[in-house]
Amino acid sequence: MATAVISTVVVFTAIGLAVVNSPGWPSVREAFLNGEIFRASFPDIARAFVLNIKIFLVAEAVILVFALAIAVLRSLPGPVFFPIRAIAIIYTDVFRGVPTILVVTMLALGVPGLQLTGIPVSAVFWAAVGLILVYSAYVAEVYRAGIESVHPSQEAAARSLGLSRLQTLRYVIVPQAVRRVIPPLLNDFIGLQKDTALVAFAGPVEALRQAGIDEAANFNFTPYVCTAVLFLALTIPLTRTTDWLIARDRRRRAASGVA
Amino acid sequence: MRTRAVAMALVTVLAAAACGSSKGTTASPAGSAGSNPCAKGNLTLVTPGQLTIGTDNPAFDPYFQGPTGHEWKGQFNHDPYNDQGFEDATAYAVAEQLGFQKSDVNWVAVPFNNSYKPGPKNFDFYLAQVSYSPQRAQGADLSDSYYDVQQAVVALQGTPIANVTTLAGLKSYRFGTQIGTTSYDVIKSVIQPTQSTQVYDTLNAALQALKNKQIDGLVVDFPTAYYMANVQLSNGTVVGILPSADSGSKEHFSMVLQKGSPLTQCVNGALSALRADGTLAQIQDRWLNQAAHAPNLQ
Repeated sequence: MATAVISTVVVFTAIGLAVVNSPGWPSVREAFLNGEIFRASFPDIARAFVLNIKIFLVAEAVILVFALAIAVLRSLPGPVFFPIRAIAIIYTDVFRGVPTILVVTMLALGVPGLQLTGIPVSAVFWAAVGLILVYSAYVAEVYRAGIESVHPSQEAAARSLGLSRLQTLRYVIVPQAVRRVIPPLLNDFIGLQKDTALVAFAGPVEALRQAGIDEAANFNFTPYVCTAVLFLALTIPLTRTTDWLIARDRRRRAASGVA
Repeated sequence: MRTRAVAMALVTVLAAAACGSSKGTTASPAGSAGSNPCAKGNLTLVTPGQLTIGTDNPAFDPYFQGPTGHEWKGQFNHDPYNDQGFEDATAYAVAEQLGFQKSDVNWVAVPFNNSYKPGPKNFDFYLAQVSYSPQRAQGADLSDSYYDVQQAVVALQGTPIANVTTLAGLKSYRFGTQIGTTSYDVIKSVIQPTQSTQVYDTLNAALQALKNKQIDGLVVDFPTAYYMANVQLSNGTVVGILPSADSGSKEHFSMVLQKGSPLTQCVNGALSALRADGTLAQIQDRWLNQAAHAPNLQ
């Protein structure tokens, strides 16, 4: 314990001193940690941050449902469902493979360009759709891992009780699968919270964009530190909750003695 | 005011230095430079003996013109080595005024927000339609004006905003602009629109949003607005020119230099010499469309 404390103090002091005594430190401190600019830009950025939170909440709700549907489709057995499985596989491959920022930018600036009546032109809308498409691909894979972790005997037992395949999925497989994947699921949502900043690239003024505006107005990067603080305030509670859930899960499994 | 006085004093010195070099004196540069801090031999430069100028990539019309080349590629891009376009010609004129041959000038592509980041710079000065503000001058050295600029609204012909003739008439529309521009300040403080303003990374994205009708009007500097409305958009129009965000003073473009750079006073000296002998006005006449007119919105 004492060793840990001492080594931590030594390491952080060394890093701190190296930074503070570097030749460029005064100009970096002025450019990134200007208290006056921090105070001046914080209220605007905090107001813009509300948009990030809104996008996050709506996208999260949609992703939970949409991703489960994809995971279930991908888990359908038998040759008849091959085309559906194939579509689900292509979907998860494509949207996990393309950088999120590209999906967001292309959708938000591309789809409204089609000028189709009845299709929203809102950049926020299409940027959120982009986030939903990308994150659903990740979350679907998490769900699928959960579904596959449920022992086949569970399905056999349910079927032998007379439950249909759909009922088996609904009442036996999915409930167990979802419970097992809650920690990794929350992990993806921490990522989603951060990535709401990518909406900025489609035009809406959310926290990152507001920081960029303040940055360019002052030739100073401190507004980004404001944004980082706001994002941390949002993500750290979720991060800690996730860690706690994982630990609890491990304790329970250890207590029950089954894997 | 003090800077201005110093700059004016420098003009004479510079003019003398320029004449000296054009006569092809063979004396060592250090010898002829003497104690003048702005003599070519005394300048502190990124690459000794060469002037390195930064600008954005893409480099847009009408500030940069002519063919593409070097790193500057693509349909609407222009090679700064061309010495064509308003800012390009201004940069070369300043270089010449400082005693550099055209072949001594090197260009580097610098994203706007890298132009004022802390730490050593990879350019001697940077020009890419950067507007002066006192806040910005705290983060980097900003030269005197090389162009007094006004902001204007671009829209699509046939859309309701295209018929607006007053400043108050603009209020109910949705505007967009590029990030990091004073155009944003003008939207916020002069137009004060009721709908949220959209801010894009690039002018190209902003233009696409205008075509998509995600925004009704795009606010950019007037030369850019004129170019967009008449070249880049097939059905574009300049709705009008907006009053300055700070009613007390004219908005102007400045060159960006390292904070505290000794080169700043030399660039200012060169600019006032170019202003005094009419070169700046000639460059403006040649590269910015003088026929370009749009109503002033009040």
